[in-house]
Amino acid sequence: MRRLVPIALALVLGLAGLVAATPARAELVIEISRGAERPMPVAIVPLGWQGTGAVPMDVSAIVSRDLASTGRFDPLAPNEMVQKPTAGADVDFQDWRTMGVEAVVVGKLRQTGAGEYLVEFELFDVLRGERLLGYRLPSAGAALRLTSHRMADMIYEKLTGVPGIFTTRIAYVTATSRGGRPQSYRLVVADADGANEQVMVESREPIMSPSWSPDGRKLAYVSFENKQAEVYVQTLRSGTREKVSSRAGVNGAPSWSPDGRKLVLTLSRGEGNLDLFTLDLAGQMLTRLTDERSIETEGAWSPDGQSIYFTSDRAGGPQVYRVAPIGGAAKRVTFEGGYNARPRVSPDGKRLAVVTNDRGNYRIALVDLERGFTQVLTDGRQDESPSFAPNGETLIYATREGGRGVLATVSADGRVRQRIPAAEGEVREPAWSPFRTN
Amino acid sequence: MIAKKIALVVAVLMVAACAGKGTQDEGLSSGAGAAQPSTSSGGVSDGSMGAGGAFDDSAAAGPRASMKNRTVYFDFDRDEVKEEFRQIVSDHGKYLAANPGAKVRLEGHADERGSREYNIGLGERRAQAVRQALLLQGAGASQLATVSYGEERPSVTGSDEESWALNRRVEIVYAP
Repeated sequence: MRRLVPIALALVLGLAGLVAATPARAELVIEISRGAERPMPVAIVPLGWQGTGAVPMDVSAIVSRDLASTGRFDPLAPNEMVQKPTAGADVDFQDWRTMGVEAVVVGKLRQTGAGEYLVEFELFDVLRGERLLGYRLPSAGAALRLTSHRMADMIYEKLTGVPGIFTTRIAYVTATSRGGRPQSYRLVVADADGANEQVMVESREPIMSPSWSPDGRKLAYVSFENKQAEVYVQTLRSGTREKVSSRAGVNGAPSWSPDGRKLVLTLSRGEGNLDLFTLDLAGQMLTRLTDERSIETEGAWSPDGQSIYFTSDRAGGPQVYRVAPIGGAAKRVTFEGGYNARPRVSPDGKRLAVVTNDRGNYRIALVDLERGFTQVLTDGRQDESPSFAPNGETLIYATREGGRGVLATVSADGRVRQRIPAAEGEVREPAWSPFRTN
Repeated sequence: MIAKKIALVVAVLMVAACAGKGTQDEGLSSGAGAAQPSTSSGGVSDGSMGAGGAFDDSAAAGPRASMKNRTVYFDFDRDEVKEEFRQIVSDHGKYLAANPGAKVRLEGHADERGSREYNIGLGERRAQAVRQALLLQGAGASQLATVSYGEERPSVTGSDEESWALNRRVEIVYAP
């Protein structure tokens, strides 16, 4: 049983017309599945415009779409609003109650100078007739989209008690081919809604395994540009990059320590056997964590820094194990099914997202580390590379659609799914950024 | 087909029967080894030779013939060099032993299923398995380099058993 929320329908219809005109732009198609709980009806009233010329940005539309994308909100379409107040004093709570709206946002977009703006907004609880938030956000013209996402973050947190993720970003890898031969691999960073795609690096050889530094300023990844797997760290803002591991054999699966000083990575050291190591980035000091004849890879640090979860096939098929960051005995943590791999730890440290083999299909599952309980979240045939949003509420992952790799998101309770269709080529290995700190 | 040697006809029929479609364009494995495998028997050319080139002299056993086969296929989640590919690997090993100036790069690959970095591990294991076999035939360690591409460089696109079988491979690439 599936249904589309109204805004999703509008987006799908809008998308049909957009595809030909702007093929490079990724758009979210929101698809709520498995009967989500009733989303909260809200009204994000279009902001009043005080400035010269045309409105530079439809701020309320971005906020509405952000909120709807979580499946927790059902924003009223502007053409269904009987009144469009732009100041708190003009909000008639009775009218909104009649419409069934539970929260309303009103405000103004003011031009304060050349390319300078002020976003003013207020959030009201309609049922109680109470003002919940009131903010003025100064913004440069180029940052209005980001400011709109910030406004959505504030509203989301006030209404749900959970920080919003609309100002976060995602990194992913795209691959295009011509005549069946790989042509170009790119490491891309985009806003969480798929907009603002920026190519960090492009290569004719494979790029893999992007991982965000805890401060969100750098990405570690694997590149085959020199015909072997090597690990690089690249600073987003400047684009400068550093090769941090190019030892003989495999250099792969980098993942940052919570303090940002180390990477856990996979090396074969020319011996043909993959083991886990930590690399101290300042001193280039290596510490071996595992020494097994089996494959040990895909390390992921726990948020408290006390454990590293990883994939090992020492017992036959791949399963997830845990080891201390100084090495020592590893403890197996997944037991359900014959294939559990590529762990990522939830921000609260209580759950693991893994790729599991679910009756012949590769799917994303959550493993409850306290109770050992496993819940399969997705229903694809080849879902992989799960990554938690920094608020822990949503995961992004790679799936296949029509034979192509695309990205999708699923809420941690499995109820809300979205797919992000790619304009061209294969899209894979999404990694959700930490919260924005600046 | 009728004009071809019987062994080849049998091999072709087996490939056609097992693979089901699209095998005509793929160069066959040499007849020098044992019976051809089922789904993974279609030897895909590595680009340095013309497709179907193995037809011409595949009945003549020996390094030259087998040398044209430069791809070794593997079972799902396995890294053993299967019986039907041992002759090919052995021929390359002997050639390398006899030609110390020759160098090869062993490129290990996996099919698309499962996680990507784990598949790098599988590709590495496969490349190492071929490396060990070459060393046993007298090839020198300095002649052999390995790399694993995991599932990143598939030989064929497609999400079915046939494609997966063709992608689980080690390509023996001679340095120019």
